[in-house]
Amino acid sequence: MKYLDEYRDGTIAAKLADEIKRVQTKPWVIMEVCGGQTHSIVKNGIDYLLPAGVELVHGPGCPVCVTPLEMIDKAHAIARRSHVIFCSFGDMLRVPGSHGDLFSIQSLGGDVRVVYSPLDCLKIAKANPDRQVVFFAIGFETTAPANAMLAWRAKVDGVENISLLVSHVLVPPAMEAILSSPRNRVQGFLGPGHVCAVVGYREYEPLSARFKVPIVISGFEPVDILEGVLMVIRQLEEGRGEVENQYSRVLTRAGNEAAQALVMKVFEVGDRKWRGVGLIPQSGYHLRAEFAAFDAERRFDVEAIQTEEPAICIAGEILQGIKKPHDCPAFGTACDPQHPLGATMVSAEGACAAYYAYGRHLKPELVHIGEGA
Amino acid sequence: MCLAIPGKVISVYEQAGMRMAKVQFGGVMREACLEYVPETQPGQYVLVHVGFAISTIDEDEAQRTYEALAELGELSELDAPEVDENGETAMRLMTPMVIPGREG
Amino acid sequence: MAELDEKAEGLAIAAEGFGQCPLPIFEHPQIVMGHGSGGKLSAELIEKVFLNSFRNPTLERMDDQAVLQIGGTRLAFTTDGFVVTPIFFPGGDIGSLAVNGTVNDLAMGGAKPLYLAAAFILEEGLPADELKRVVESMRLAADAAGVQLVTGDTKVVNRGKGDKVFITTTGIGIVDRATNLSADRARPGDKIILSGYIGDHGITILSQRENLEFEGELQSDCAPLHGLVSEMLDEAEDANDLGGVRCMRDPTRGGVATTLNEIAGKSRVGMLLREDTIPVRDSVRGACEVLGLDPLYVANEGKLLAVVSKELAEGMVARMRRHPLGLESRIIGEVVETHPGMVLMQTTVGGTRVVDVLFGEQLPRIC
Repeated sequence: MKYLDEYRDGTIAAKLADEIKRVQTKPWVIMEVCGGQTHSIVKNGIDYLLPAGVELVHGPGCPVCVTPLEMIDKAHAIARRSHVIFCSFGDMLRVPGSHGDLFSIQSLGGDVRVVYSPLDCLKIAKANPDRQVVFFAIGFETTAPANAMLAWRAKVDGVENISLLVSHVLVPPAMEAILSSPRNRVQGFLGPGHVCAVVGYREYEPLSARFKVPIVISGFEPVDILEGVLMVIRQLEEGRGEVENQYSRVLTRAGNEAAQALVMKVFEVGDRKWRGVGLIPQSGYHLRAEFAAFDAERRFDVEAIQTEEPAICIAGEILQGIKKPHDCPAFGTACDPQHPLGATMVSAEGACAAYYAYGRHLKPELVHIGEGA
Repeated sequence: MCLAIPGKVISVYEQAGMRMAKVQFGGVMREACLEYVPETQPGQYVLVHVGFAISTIDEDEAQRTYEALAELGELSELDAPEVDENGETAMRLMTPMVIPGREG
Repeated sequence: MAELDEKAEGLAIAAEGFGQCPLPIFEHPQIVMGHGSGGKLSAELIEKVFLNSFRNPTLERMDDQAVLQIGGTRLAFTTDGFVVTPIFFPGGDIGSLAVNGTVNDLAMGGAKPLYLAAAFILEEGLPADELKRVVESMRLAADAAGVQLVTGDTKVVNRGKGDKVFITTTGIGIVDRATNLSADRARPGDKIILSGYIGDHGITILSQRENLEFEGELQSDCAPLHGLVSEMLDEAEDANDLGGVRCMRDPTRGGVATTLNEIAGKSRVGMLLREDTIPVRDSVRGACEVLGLDPLYVANEGKLLAVVSKELAEGMVARMRRHPLGLESRIIGEVVETHPGMVLMQTTVGGTRVVDVLFGEQLPRIC
């Protein structure tokens, strides 16, 4: 597959790993922001190709992981209603709320459907005029244009039996929260390539300048990630802290202006709670007043639902990169994909689940096959 | 986050008031919405996320950066070939699989 | 940001107090779809509900078939339920699946399949023509496999209580060679052989639901494997090494990953695979990339995995490649004594990943 296979080339990956080793003289801590990057790193065993002095920590770039328990409970409350067809991306199905998950709701008679694209919901709504279709609109900036289009078309086409439960979050405020913490260990970032394909990377420049950290906007394939790491290491070794674009074949500094325009017509920036982290001001999207009629929270009157997070789970610290999954005493014992205590274990995307699926709950040294050095 | 895959635009058409395309990903074809990259023409490559093309691949840029990658390491090898503790040079095709418990 | 830090502190303290954690573990008090996926949830269901009640040494081996000694003869006995939707798909239908699936389970036990029984649960409203099509397809599949359908049953349930048709087939075959095929026989040094392209069946079924079009024909690989198995056992016999064929399995639901983990677990051995040896068609790859699926977990209905001694391996692959259903056979890995129960894979970029068992269904993801 063109533009995919070349970036999985073992020869080039090895060259990049060697160059990293050549350039690196001190230990560095780098965070990959995006959950998709985490997934790729763990699935391809990329971190084992890196020298020991380069530590990768996983960031909060998993919308499934950061969706607050409260929002999950609202979703479940809506999904339980008998006339509702609850549509969601596959990722959300196993996330536990206070009582069960979407699978258990389905097994009790709820109509829960996995959709690949938000536009599928329009088709479902038109085909079922006597039912209420609700779409769980989660994601970072990458998914906002698709979700916005659903709301836009629903309004333009006059499809009234559809609504969106919105839980959109933004990356820069999360990075700022991480960088502002006195416990922050992260010295450089792999920026989120697909988020930036939509919004560009202008807003990362003030962040980079203020905290003097390298932010290299990177893609997702092994070659992209290794090249991104190399670019970060070079900056760190040279004492620079700038924004660079590794993923230049896909994105530009300005991003996709057509997508940004529609997103701003449908959504506005507002405060959002992040699971395990708390309220971050101006860190998410809400539907604008003109689209209030399509807001599922209002339509189904679930605005009042409030929930507390279970205290044991350290998902918050993992999301902030302060801890790794195997730092958690529950990891792989009380907490595993079958019995998830928190978001990062539940999501196939989340750092813990990625670790668990790829076996890291067994001693990491055991699976360290092929020295990185 | 953000699983997005590059695919080749095969045909472009209007559907339900939106600009759509048939996009080819390896041996499979799927529909994607082109509203956010309306200038895209058949033959071009787009990046598709949840059924929407969010960017067009800049093929010249891809080629340029890939060629730079392919040349990586050649200059440093001219300086001094890296020889590691096993007597092997830095250029290798794949990291050899070492069985745990028997590695040095 | 102090508020955030306090929260982080609070979390850290709570984590340290883990020993007294009162949080209930999440469990499913009712059956969910994941229980049918072939992954960890399925395994737990079988362990806690079925094995708990039906304990006996044969059942505990948890092979796809039971090989029983009756009088002086070894018989293989198996059963399987078929609930696929849609009931007709490129490359097959629920009927051919029901025949071949059971024929294959017998074959994996080293048996020559002989007789099938079939029980049909029909939903009120199912068009009779569709039933006729399914049954005709079963007849063709049975003829091709050399088995006879000798007994059966039919029930009808109210509309809405059954998804058009469910079929359960039970099969019996004769094990006429001195084979000893079981999931607990793999040993370090053995090679792992795969007979061909993976993911064709599962992706064909999924494509019907996910509006994927394929360039060229993608179809289910549904096929009877007893002929290929017979060739393989001939090869072993020719080399005087029937015991060198440790185990054979067809990687159906849960895919290659689940099957290899089962063998590794039962045999208490580790496995090392090489990603670049695993054959996947472009169309299946494309579909998996688009939906975020891993072909290692996708169902196959006309492929087999065999664990054989390293002495037999090369010759076995060559023999398999001479059979129409084994043209793409190759060694994909080996059995090791380290990390017992764990399947590792060297990735195409030279890293290492663990190939674990999913606990439920694999779902398309956006992340």
